[in-house]
Amino acid sequence: MDKFTTLTGVAAPLEIVNVDTDMIIPKQYLKTIKRTGLGTGLFAEMRFNEDGSENPDFILNKPAYRKAQILVAGDNFGCGSSREHAPWALLDFGIRCVISTSFADIFYNNCFQNGILPIKVSPEDLDKLMDDAKRGANATLTIDLESQTIKGPDGGSISFDLDPFRKHCMLNGLDGVGLTMEKREAISAYETKAKETHPWL
Amino acid sequence: MKPRTLYDKIWDDHVVDEQPDGTCLLYIDRHLVHEVTSPQAFEGLRVAGRKLRAPQKTLAVVDHNVPTSDRSKGIDDPEAATQVAALAENARDFGVEYYNERDVRQGIVHVIGPEQGFTLPGTTIVCGDSHTSTHGAFGALAHGIGTSEVEHVLATQTLIQKKAKNMRVTVDGQLPPGVTAKDIVLAIIGEIGTAGGTGHVIEYAGEAIRALSMEGRMTVCNMTIEGGARAGLVAPDEKTYAYLKGRPKAPTGAAWDEAVRFWDSLKTDEGAVFDSEIRLDAASLPPIVTWGTSPEDVVAVTGVVPNPDDIQDENKRNSKWRALDYIGLKPGTKITDVTVDRVFIGSCTNGRIEDMRAAAAMVQGKTVHPSVSAMVVPGSGLVKLQAEEEGLDVIFREAGFDWREPGCSMCLAMNADKLKPGERCASTSNRNFEGRQGFKGRTHLVSPAMAAAAAIAGRFVDIRDWK
Repeated sequence: MDKFTTLTGVAAPLEIVNVDTDMIIPKQYLKTIKRTGLGTGLFAEMRFNEDGSENPDFILNKPAYRKAQILVAGDNFGCGSSREHAPWALLDFGIRCVISTSFADIFYNNCFQNGILPIKVSPEDLDKLMDDAKRGANATLTIDLESQTIKGPDGGSISFDLDPFRKHCMLNGLDGVGLTMEKREAISAYETKAKETHPWL
Repeated sequence: MKPRTLYDKIWDDHVVDEQPDGTCLLYIDRHLVHEVTSPQAFEGLRVAGRKLRAPQKTLAVVDHNVPTSDRSKGIDDPEAATQVAALAENARDFGVEYYNERDVRQGIVHVIGPEQGFTLPGTTIVCGDSHTSTHGAFGALAHGIGTSEVEHVLATQTLIQKKAKNMRVTVDGQLPPGVTAKDIVLAIIGEIGTAGGTGHVIEYAGEAIRALSMEGRMTVCNMTIEGGARAGLVAPDEKTYAYLKGRPKAPTGAAWDEAVRFWDSLKTDEGAVFDSEIRLDAASLPPIVTWGTSPEDVVAVTGVVPNPDDIQDENKRNSKWRALDYIGLKPGTKITDVTVDRVFIGSCTNGRIEDMRAAAAMVQGKTVHPSVSAMVVPGSGLVKLQAEEEGLDVIFREAGFDWREPGCSMCLAMNADKLKPGERCASTSNRNFEGRQGFKGRTHLVSPAMAAAAAIAGRFVDIRDWK
């Protein structure tokens, strides 16, 4: 997994609440056995018309946002299915950070597994960032994970909260399996004890 | 000792390691695997040269991608066939028990877990599927995970977790006739909203929950995720034990007795504190229909499509207008005036034998409306077999329903079962999201009996008046 330290990029405003993972990556893209290449399916049913042509009204199709690296979205982003194809599609498209007031639990967790930073901000701060994002390519945001701040195009700064363990893993690009493998003795000890206390399992 | 909730007890029982900041390593007793969210996890293991820590605690089945037509001669869709073949190969290479598409035990992962007795009270259960919350009906801590976590569990039999908050939803009183577990859970989601349970584990309690069958409890726990909570729980009781006893993977003999003694302790202690509490009165619940594109968009069958302009919050108001535009309905339209083109009965929410019976009871001796195409997809091969032994397939077929092979089918429309653009469907599934059942398809979530009645009438009807 790539480390996440700082990110400066164009932020696309997606003014929709309850963006679900079916919207982020529709099911026809879930038939892959790979993690890569899913960017083509990102928001496919909003991004493309029925005949496969681009929908010029969709935010990521507008010239200013085609290379957006940050998404600023409405409440409860990522609800629904557990499909990790959603963060894979975002990442493959080039998005490394999503900012919202709230995220669904499974999606939130899946982001950290893939080096995407989901940032929770207050509704007031979201309104501000949404306004910034609407200014297009002239208005980049800078995310600094170490100091947990978002800097706007006018020099204003918004700080955000983040679990210290998740932050540590993101800053260092740590793989969860590797970390847990170091605790294999504790796992073995648990299994030995559980055999006595719950022998039916 | 401080009084604990059921969630606290199962959590405490599975902590392998705890960091000072509260980050825990949680032991996972049961892991269900299906073809769509697992290939990349197995690939990750191969690349890293890792094996499964406990293959016997893992059960694999194909469900999302399989066709529901005759599949004795293989799967036509090459991508689906590749994914199914990948699971077969991974199961073989890594030593995991696997039910293929021709196995009578095959079915939707959340139907077969309980059916096989793989799902047991007091266990931790995960699967790369958000509806893993279903298994909470047995008093198991069960939730969906992403593919990276699937890989993590395969390799270590644990998950890195922080404890969630406790929420209790108490449903008092008795359900009126014609109102079901599906209506209970839709009413709850309508009450708390689609993000109301985020960060929580929900325990369902109260007289109406106790009165539900295991199938009904599974329906309620299944849709917990639609209220934002990853896991739902119902404390195990005699009904739980009666359902599980004799199942292929349930304990037997002295081990069963010992297990039951332990399971009896899986109750929230008197005086345990919940971070939030919700109460509903079952007696006041009507049959419910969703009108929009979020499971929180609920209305009584006797009601009308609401007017988004009545909503104060601008973002919320806009999102509800967007939903109405997508679903093609106008504010003030009576729900019973809404006609349907398709009916889908099945899914991990409502694809069990009791659901089949409830739907069949509505259609017996009747005929599907000429403008409606209706299908029944049993949740598993064993549900299908049982339904056929009871003659339910004949009732459905004679009424004009399509009786199909088990799988996830049109709940998420990964296979050929999907809505065409603009088609309107009465569905017993769990999500009415944009495009969920097919590009530009329109989904209304209802109970099996409501869906069956809609198939006959060609529109939504109040089944309390059904004759």
